[in-house]
Amino acid sequence: MHARVLIRPKAGILDPQGAVAERALGALGFDGVKGVRIGRLVELDVADPATLPEMCERLLANPLIEDYEIIESPA
Amino acid sequence: MKVAVSALHAAARELGLTDAETDLIVELLGREPNTVELAMLSVLWSEHCSYKHSKPLLQTLPTHGPRLLMGPGENAGAVDVGDGWTVAFKIESHNHPSAVEPFEGAATGVGGILRDIFAVGARPIAVLDSLRFGEPGSERTRYLLDRVVAGIGHYGNSIGVPTVGGEVYFEGPYEHNCLVNAMCIGLARADRMIRSAAAGPGNLLVLFGSSTGRDGIGGASVLASAEFGEGDEGKRPTVQIGDPFAEKKLMEVSLELLERDLLVALQDLGAAGLTSSVPEMASKGGVGIDIDLAKVPLREADMRPQEIMVSESQERMVAIVEPPKLERVLAVCAHWEVAASVIGEVTQTGCIRVLSGEELLADLPLDVLVDGCPIYELTAAKPSQPLYSSPPRQLDSTDPNSILLALLASPNIADRRYLYEQYDSIVQSRTVRRPASADAAVLVLPNGRAIATATDCNGRRVAADPYRGTLESVLECAANLACVGAEPLGLTNNLNFGNPEKPHIAWQLTESVRALGDACRAMEIPVVGGNVSLYNESAEGPIYPTPVIGLVGELLSEPSRAACIAFAHEGDAVAVVGAFEPSLAASELAKLRGEPLPDELPEVDVGAACVALAMVRAAVRTGAVHSAHDIAEGGFAVALAECCLAAGLGATVETELSETKLFGEGPGGFIVSGPADQIPGRIVGTVGGERLRIAAAIDIPLDRLGEAHSALAALFD
Amino acid sequence: MKFGVITFPGSCDDLDAQLAVARVGTAVPLWHADHDLQGVDAVIIPGGFSYGDYLRPGAVARFAPIMTEVIEFAHAGGHVMGICNGFQVLCEARLLPGALLTNTSLRFVCRQVSLELVNPDTAFTREAPARLSIPVKHTTGRYYAPEPDLDRLEANRQVVLRYAPGENPNGSARDIAGVINEAGNVFGLMPHPEHAVDALTGSTDGLGLFASLRGCGL
Repeated sequence: MHARVLIRPKAGILDPQGAVAERALGALGFDGVKGVRIGRLVELDVADPATLPEMCERLLANPLIEDYEIIESPA
Repeated sequence: MKVAVSALHAAARELGLTDAETDLIVELLGREPNTVELAMLSVLWSEHCSYKHSKPLLQTLPTHGPRLLMGPGENAGAVDVGDGWTVAFKIESHNHPSAVEPFEGAATGVGGILRDIFAVGARPIAVLDSLRFGEPGSERTRYLLDRVVAGIGHYGNSIGVPTVGGEVYFEGPYEHNCLVNAMCIGLARADRMIRSAAAGPGNLLVLFGSSTGRDGIGGASVLASAEFGEGDEGKRPTVQIGDPFAEKKLMEVSLELLERDLLVALQDLGAAGLTSSVPEMASKGGVGIDIDLAKVPLREADMRPQEIMVSESQERMVAIVEPPKLERVLAVCAHWEVAASVIGEVTQTGCIRVLSGEELLADLPLDVLVDGCPIYELTAAKPSQPLYSSPPRQLDSTDPNSILLALLASPNIADRRYLYEQYDSIVQSRTVRRPASADAAVLVLPNGRAIATATDCNGRRVAADPYRGTLESVLECAANLACVGAEPLGLTNNLNFGNPEKPHIAWQLTESVRALGDACRAMEIPVVGGNVSLYNESAEGPIYPTPVIGLVGELLSEPSRAACIAFAHEGDAVAVVGAFEPSLAASELAKLRGEPLPDELPEVDVGAACVALAMVRAAVRTGAVHSAHDIAEGGFAVALAECCLAAGLGATVETELSETKLFGEGPGGFIVSGPADQIPGRIVGTVGGERLRIAAAIDIPLDRLGEAHSALAALFD
Repeated sequence: MKFGVITFPGSCDDLDAQLAVARVGTAVPLWHADHDLQGVDAVIIPGGFSYGDYLRPGAVARFAPIMTEVIEFAHAGGHVMGICNGFQVLCEARLLPGALLTNTSLRFVCRQVSLELVNPDTAFTREAPARLSIPVKHTTGRYYAPEPDLDRLEANRQVVLRYAPGENPNGSARDIAGVINEAGNVFGLMPHPEHAVDALTGSTDGLGLFASLRGCGL
């Protein structure tokens, strides 16, 4: 099974990288851009997709500061 | 036959070889080279590897000294620093890769110079960076500056080598051709140093470190040996990516292998990868090497042989190992989780033979591959027209207060903390003088002695007068060392110039190298090695000629006596040391006023400057002075303001000074402070208060000086 | 007093930490891939980039072989100090509350900072001065914990070091520079006390943090 894991800073946590990108987009003339948040994308092939949440909890994300979303797709 | 030859010429031209060079190759080989051989020859016959345009000049430099242990020709030069310890150092450029991708270009530049240092068996203990950009008003310059600084920090910080110094200048001619030069200093026991000459037929060629991918293909030959213009975006895929974690492990492995005496020779893989490193090892040792590409671990399975041979994948080394020691070598690599493979063996053939399993892909005699490249005598001619346009006028005022504030805010003079705070300057616990606290960085060694190091070069002054400007750069660098009480032990240089095939660039280069030799002979400093970066031109013209000087010196006195820039005590006397005869020619003030470069600089009295240097050095060593700072860009008034700002203390000077005396520049002047009856030089004022006052001309509170001086903060918002 | 100093392949300040603890005791190098603390009395996890820190600082190091023993040692009451990357490792290992985020500047910062000693009554701070000048050097040093947790940390006196007013280099919540666990035997801080043990190279203000541990063996 192929999977993609999207990892984002938790709501409410200051994301300076997102804030900088938002400001830069404004400076380039893209008006009305809000809520830019920058996270990570992990792509992986797994034998047992049921283990993905544990992988996220223990290593791929830090649940204190990050949310994760698992998107599975057939290999 | 004629058709075949021109097809060969066409292929060779693509790789940067002239038709005459291709004909010479055919003549020397007695046959036409095949595709793999042509790729290898084009690399080793490029300026970057062969120094074909610069060798005759470089051979004029003095390379001998009583403390020299390893001179030019090895991966780095080395000097004796006592008690069996030796210090290896070298400077190298990564200009073109940094212009293409500033973060990775600068990062891999640091990675490359670190490998040069541990390739001779020395542990890297410090990095310095010499950077040149266009004016910071340009968006591209701000982008390059931000990413280059981040890239240097990323690599140096991550690997645990402190970045202790360097310089940065902003000038229009660097707008389309930034310079990123990195110098590294390493420390070794003299008896653990190693050379790169392969020896012992039957010994094994071991490749260790990262796997080989398509990184940087064409880098050395194409990027660094030709002008780089518009429409070159297609070369972007050739950018190498650095991995400092891989390099950290590679460094520990290399040093442990040497500590255990397991290697015959060691060489890093830099520009042009295996193609340049393996023939150089074989050539130096007078042997041959067979290399089997089927044994090279690849990141992408479908790589062609010539791609494997010229790949510039980072974080790789090659070593020559005696077969009985192989198992122990592989065990050390395994301990650090570094991959290692035997990819070849030393032969007696005098040839480099490239195989893929049983198939012979290339068979080139070293006397053609390494020694066959023609050496060109430069045709030098002083230009009859100015090469550089005048900078834009930025300052009209003649009021000394306004001038001083404008100079302090000028990008070439303003506070550099926004750059150097992005570098770890203290890891390894040797840093006695951190960036900007003194004119040179000071590092304490295991034997309790200390060394000092600095880099210097004011390209605008070299452009105005290549000979005198270069003399001044060497004097300036030595002056920086004198301020911490250090005397130079050795010099490394990075000659950044335009296209030497043009007579006016050849003239700049010739004059500059002549000055470098004269300065080194006058001060008895050996040149331990260096690097040449030519073809730094764009459609807008050449860069300012920029022979960056790197010096390493020794303190001899207690390291704690190394003087700081900052004034130390209220009431201390302020003195000027040296027969300082400044002029406004090619000064920072002249630049702010938009004046064209002058035809020449005032004559330099090297003898007088050396006397001043020696006086300051002696006074620092005996502890007679409480602070020392050399007078450089912006002249006396700026240097005085810098001493005040570093300390948070004001100063008062009673002598009336002309504009030239206040802001003029020239070599051989210093500001020292301390007890009036102890310090050398002419006493001109007193430390104290919260303002800088110079007779009737200048009266500014410190906080306003500080505000002006922090002008670069805006670039890093 | 034997101080174990862990070396990961990407550790940078491990030798500096060894030199620092050698001033007040004996330094024992510990290798990340071993399962052996060699009978040390306290463990220092030094600064650097443990395994390259490409995922999140400390995220991989937290699972290093030696960390099994370090976690056991800490649960048994052994004293563990994490400096910079070591602090990040201890947070990832949940031995300390909170997390370290990218500096608000998004940039690496190396700077001498002034710190206030908030809790002088810990095993790590008994001999430390009330105000310390110690360098920081990191990209990921912004201390974060949810507001209620921060309140509880302050109430429990678990905030041990704070950046002095105006000195916060990274945007840390409530200027927090160092925290201790509830039991008082695991301490993490972003500033580098091992780089403040010699007047020649800076200050000596960090020495007290190591000296305090003398006599703290299990």
